Amino acid sequence: MRRPADAFHPDGSPNRRRHTMSHSTFPPGSIGRRKFLLGSAGLLTAGAASRFATPALAQTAPLRVGFMLPYSGTFAKLGKFIDDGFRLYVEQNGGVLGGRRIEFIQVDDESKPESATDNMNRLVGREKVDVVIGTVHSGVAMAMVKVARDTNTMLIIPNAGVNEATGPLCAPNIFRTSFSNWQVCHPMGKVMFDAGHRNVATITWRYAAGTQMIDAFKEGFTKAGGKIAEDLALPFPEVEFQALITRIATLKPDAVFAFFAGGGAVKFVKDYAAAGLDKSIPLYGAGFLTDGTAPAQGAAANGVKTTLHYADDLDNPANKRFLEAFKAKTGQDGDIYAVQGYDAAALLKAGLEAAKGDWSQRGAVVAGMRAAKIDSPRGPLSFNRANNPIQNVYLREVRNGRNELISIAGQAVDDPARGCRA
Amino acid sequence: MDAITFAVQLLNGVQYGLVLFLVASGLTLVFGILGVINLAHGAFYMLGAYFAYWISRYTGNFGLALVGGVAMAFAIGLALEQIFVKRLYGRDHLAQVLLSFGLILVIDEVRQILFGKDVHSVAAPTWLQGSIRLTDVLSYPVYRLALCAICLVLAAAIFYVIQRTKLGMVIRAGAENRDMTRALGIPFDVVNKYVFAGGIALAALGGILVSPISTVFPGMGDGMLIISFVVVVLGGIGSVAGAAIGALMIGLTDTFGKVFFPQISSILIYVLMAGVLLWRPNGLLGRKES
Repeated sequence: MRRPADAFHPDGSPNRRRHTMSHSTFPPGSIGRRKFLLGSAGLLTAGAASRFATPALAQTAPLRVGFMLPYSGTFAKLGKFIDDGFRLYVEQNGGVLGGRRIEFIQVDDESKPESATDNMNRLVGREKVDVVIGTVHSGVAMAMVKVARDTNTMLIIPNAGVNEATGPLCAPNIFRTSFSNWQVCHPMGKVMFDAGHRNVATITWRYAAGTQMIDAFKEGFTKAGGKIAEDLALPFPEVEFQALITRIATLKPDAVFAFFAGGGAVKFVKDYAAAGLDKSIPLYGAGFLTDGTAPAQGAAANGVKTTLHYADDLDNPANKRFLEAFKAKTGQDGDIYAVQGYDAAALLKAGLEAAKGDWSQRGAVVAGMRAAKIDSPRGPLSFNRANNPIQNVYLREVRNGRNELISIAGQAVDDPARGCRA
Repeated sequence: MDAITFAVQLLNGVQYGLVLFLVASGLTLVFGILGVINLAHGAFYMLGAYFAYWISRYTGNFGLALVGGVAMAFAIGLALEQIFVKRLYGRDHLAQVLLSFGLILVIDEVRQILFGKDVHSVAAPTWLQGSIRLTDVLSYPVYRLALCAICLVLAAAIFYVIQRTKLGMVIRAGAENRDMTRALGIPFDVVNKYVFAGGIALAALGGILVSPISTVFPGMGDGMLIISFVVVVLGGIGSVAGAAIGALMIGLTDTFGKVFFPQISSILIYVLMAGVLLWRPNGLLGRKES
C-alpha cells in the first residue's frame, strides 16, 4: 500500500522512498484501492470545506487524525503497536469518538530527527490534520513539539519520555499518554534505598534520555539517603559493555541501576549475568531494560527489578479486557506501547465529548482532555497542569520472560513539570 | 587499579580487538586486493548473526549454524561478485559505494521480511556455556575465551593462506600490481571472486561467532562497519598484519579509554587513528601508492 500511496501524492518523489504517507478512512483495508483513493480524495474536499462551515456541519465531517510514528527501523514494532492500540479503541467505539467519525493519515517518521520537522509540517500543512499522534523517538518528538507550538496543532505523544515536552516546552495543545523520563525512574530511588542498598552505581548510554533517567533515579535515591558509587556511561548506541562491567566488579556497589533499551538492553543484561555479577550485585533499572526484551534475554533477566507504569500481569479488569481485545485484533500480546496508543484515543474522546464533537471549540477540548479520568489498562490515569500523565509506577521483577508485578513503587506519581509556565 | 583488574581489562581489550580483526580482515582483503569499497560489509556481519539465529533455532546446533552460515554467506558473495561486483573493478570508488550502499538497503529489507525487527539471542554450545571465576564477584564466560582462541586460529589460517600458499602468492602479486600480474599471465582475475566471497564469509563468520555474546538485532552491523574501516585505515589498506595490529590497538584503546577517560572515550579511537595517520599517512603497514 505504501508505494501506490506515495505515487498518489504529487510531491511523493521517488527519492523519498521510505517517506511513506497513506490515507485510510475507517476501517482500513476491505475496500478496493480505486474506491479507497476516491474515497479519501472526497474526504479531503469535505475536510477543506468544513473549516469555513458552521459548527453543525463540522461535526459531521470526520476528524482527521495524523499518525506520525516509526513504521520502519528499530522502533517499527513500537510504532505499529501504538497504531494498533489507537485503532482498537476507535473500533471499540464504532469508529466514532465524541460524535465524530475518525479518519487516519499515516506518516513514517523512521525515528529520524532530521526529517521530523518536514514530516510534521506535511501533516499539519498539506494534510490539514486536526490532531497528530506521535511519536516514539524523543529527538523526533522534540521537533514535533516545536511545530505543534508554532502552529497550535493538537499533539498527543504516545511514547517519547523526554522531560522537556511537558516541562519548559509545555503547552495547552501538547498532551502525553506515556510517561516522562523523570516519572518512571524517580520512584526507584526510594525502592532501592528501602531494599537496603546504600551505595549504588549507575550505567547508561550518554544521551538525553539516558541522562534524564539516571538523574531522576539519583534524585530519588540521594533524597532517601543513598550514595552514588559512580556514574558509568558509554556512547550511544555502543554495546561493548565488558570494560564497564569489569569496572562495576571492582567498585563492588550494593546494587546497580541501569537504563538501556532494545538490542543494547538485551546485551547488557546478558553480559551482566555472564560476568556472574547478578549473583552478588542485584541489577535494577528503568522498565525499558526488560520490557519487550525479556524473551531475548532469557534466564539472564530473571530477578532483574525495574520500574515502569505498566506490568505484564496487572490484575485489573480494564487490562484484562484490553489484552483480550488486542490479541483478538492483532494476534499478538499487547504491551505498554499498545496501551499508550489505546489511551491516546481515550484522551481524544474525552476532549471531543467535552466539546460535543466540535473541534473548533479548542478551549473546551483542552479542558475536557485535561480533566479526563481514564480507566486505563495501566490503572487510573489523569493529567497534570503540563498535560503529563499522573499514574502509578510499578515495581516489577522478571520471572520466566515476563515482567511481573511486585508492588506499586509510587502511587499516582506526578512529574514536577519543571520549567512549565503554561 | 590492582593487578587483577588490570589483567581482566587487558583481556577485555584483546578479546574485543580479536573480534574486530576477524571482521576487518575481510574488509581489508576486498578493499586492498580488489580495490572495491564494500560498504555492505557491516550488513553481511549482521546477516551472519541472523543466519546463526535462524539455523540454531531450527537445529539447536551452533556448529551447524557456524558451517551453514559461512557457506550461505560465501555462496551469496560468489553470486554478488558474478552479477554485480565484477563489473565495477577498475571503476571509480563512487560506483562501488553506490552499489554497496544499495546492498545495505536490500539486505536490510530482506532481513526485515525474513526475520522481522525483534531482538534475538543465540545460545552458545552447551560445553562453552560455563564461566571461570576471576575475582570474588567477577567471572569470565568460557565462550569469550573460546572466541579469543578461535580468532587466533583464524588469524593464523589467514596468514598461512596469504603467505605460504600458491593462492596467497597470486593474491599478493595482484595486490602489489594488478596490471603487471595480468601481463605476466598469472590468473589473477580467477581468484577475484574467491577473494570477494571470502571477504563476505569472514564478515558473516564474525557475526556468527559474536552472536552468542552480542545478541542479534537490526542495525548491529552499522557500528561494526565504521570501526572496521577505522581498523583497515589504521593498519594500512590491504595489509592483514596491519589490520591485526590496528584491531588490537583499537580494542585496547577503547577498553582502557572507557575505564580511565570515560568522558572522552567515544573519540579516543578516532584520535588514535588521526595520530597514526599523521605519522604514517598510509597506515601502520600500508604501502605508498605508486
